[in-house]
Amino acid sequence: MNMQANTGSDTPLLEVADIEVRFGRKIVLHSVSARIDHGAHVAVIGPNGAGKSTLLKAMDGLLQTSAGEIRLKGRPLASWSRKEIARMVSYVPQADGRVLPFPARDFVLMGRYPHLSPLSAVRPEDRAAADDAMRVTGTLQFVDRRVDTLSGGERQKLFIAAAIAQGAELLLLDEPTTFLDPKHQADVLGVLAKLNRERGVSLLTVTHDVNAAALWADRVLALREGRVAWFGPAGDAMDNAVLGAVFDHEFRFGVRDDGRRFVLPEGGA
Amino acid sequence: MSRSRTATFLVGLLAALALTVLLAPLAGMKGYLPWDVLSGSLTSVDEGIFWKVRVPRVLLALVAGAALALSGMTFQSMFRNALATPYTLGVASGGSFGAALTVKLGFTFSIAGLPASSLGAFLGCLLAVTLVYGVTRLKQGFSTATMLLAGVAVGFLFSSLLMFLQYMSDFAETFRIVRWLMGGLDVVGYRHVLELLPLVLVGAAAVFLHLRELNLLVTGDDLAAGRGVDVTAVRRRLFFATSLMVGGVVAACGPIGFVGMMAPHICRLIIGADHRLLAPAAVLLGAVFLAVCDTVARTLIAPAEIPVGVITALLGGPFFLWLLTRGASERA
Repeated sequence: MNMQANTGSDTPLLEVADIEVRFGRKIVLHSVSARIDHGAHVAVIGPNGAGKSTLLKAMDGLLQTSAGEIRLKGRPLASWSRKEIARMVSYVPQADGRVLPFPARDFVLMGRYPHLSPLSAVRPEDRAAADDAMRVTGTLQFVDRRVDTLSGGERQKLFIAAAIAQGAELLLLDEPTTFLDPKHQADVLGVLAKLNRERGVSLLTVTHDVNAAALWADRVLALREGRVAWFGPAGDAMDNAVLGAVFDHEFRFGVRDDGRRFVLPEGGA
Repeated sequence: MSRSRTATFLVGLLAALALTVLLAPLAGMKGYLPWDVLSGSLTSVDEGIFWKVRVPRVLLALVAGAALALSGMTFQSMFRNALATPYTLGVASGGSFGAALTVKLGFTFSIAGLPASSLGAFLGCLLAVTLVYGVTRLKQGFSTATMLLAGVAVGFLFSSLLMFLQYMSDFAETFRIVRWLMGGLDVVGYRHVLELLPLVLVGAAAVFLHLRELNLLVTGDDLAAGRGVDVTAVRRRLFFATSLMVGGVVAACGPIGFVGMMAPHICRLIIGADHRLLAPAAVLLGAVFLAVCDTVARTLIAPAEIPVGVITALLGGPFFLWLLTRGASERA
């Protein structure tokens, strides 16, 4: 796991300061603050409706905040253009059942959008970036397949590939493993860990999988009812003082050979 | 969606366009032979019919068909739904009301060569699309179903206003409005073509500058925005562009339905969703389709004419139902 590779400055890659987000009259996020350092892997956990996906979208400027400020590389998010933001941050939605009538390579190439001017054609360097992104995510074998004919896991990896082709230093991933079988979950998490370790790509992952959050990420941000309930080192989250309070549920823990704690499955006995 | 299939389709469309341009003006109540036209052996009356009635009419059909298909494609892609077109969303109804209102009010001015009716239609289209989109945005979370319903409601609203306008008109005016509403391309001379052309060229240029954005919008608003597309701004520009085109067509030929839904969707089924190929294909198919429909309309029961809107609707209605049963509302 990457230990927050320092880039020499104290400015975090992305900083959320006291933001509030409203849907109509309903306040979905109350004065939420968080920071993502260069090279960090932050997992966001919390019960359904806690505001996890909302926070993710707000961080990419896809939702308006009604108070507070989000700073990207020290500058207010609103001061960057959409294309500028896209060159640094990529939102990776859940690879749901949406209709994606494009061959896989074309879909990944679309990730190059923020690097192209309106009239310029796709350049060799764009193709190279797309191919590289597909290689590192292990999706090169699907190049000509239509995206919506791929399996959930394949599609999720392709979404990550498009985000890498986009050149983003920070991926905001919304439940990347929720609907995947165990093999594909490990597959996708492995790809993410590799990107984080080898390329210094920073990650923010919304997940319902508490074990994945604690074992793959280096920091955990726990939301509850639109507020930050806890934000700290991933290892420290494995405690009923943290998880129990966030989820309103008593967990039982086991210990791995390497001494790290994990949540035990329930029921049966 | 193989490359050879796409190429064959595009070449086929170009050939169809060439054939239409060459043959459609020859057909009609009285048919002409190409060599008679070329050798100048037609009587002066026949020559007048050929050059001042038939040729401009075919040209108008080509331009209007292309504009309708391109506008339809833009809406379908923006909203990821084959049923979302300027006609189904009430935009054309807004345009019809705008145009009819300028006629009723007796506005005969023109600005920069554009007649008042075109401007009225353009403003009506813009108003309708703003209403539909505004209502849809009011509800939390964008839903295509809400938008289609809002489109139907706005369409009804403008149709009622138009009906009221007819009620307030005398018999002759009412007849003219009703006949115009059926959609028709019966023009004399090139004035209508020349009035429509600049609107269509500007609107089409705007659409063609946004093909990459349209591809991204098909993948979803969230993904498009995440890739750097300013979704709101792009949508506003495309609303403006399609309103120019649809408004122009409505003012010149009345509301001609279904071309904008059928042509782009057929192209999408054959060559796929990549707008860099889809847009030119839709333009070609729309142009050829409307010109052929109009040729049929004016020859089938000659010397009488069927309004071309009747022909396109007769073909379009069943097509619409077929789309519905295929579950097209779920996919673009």
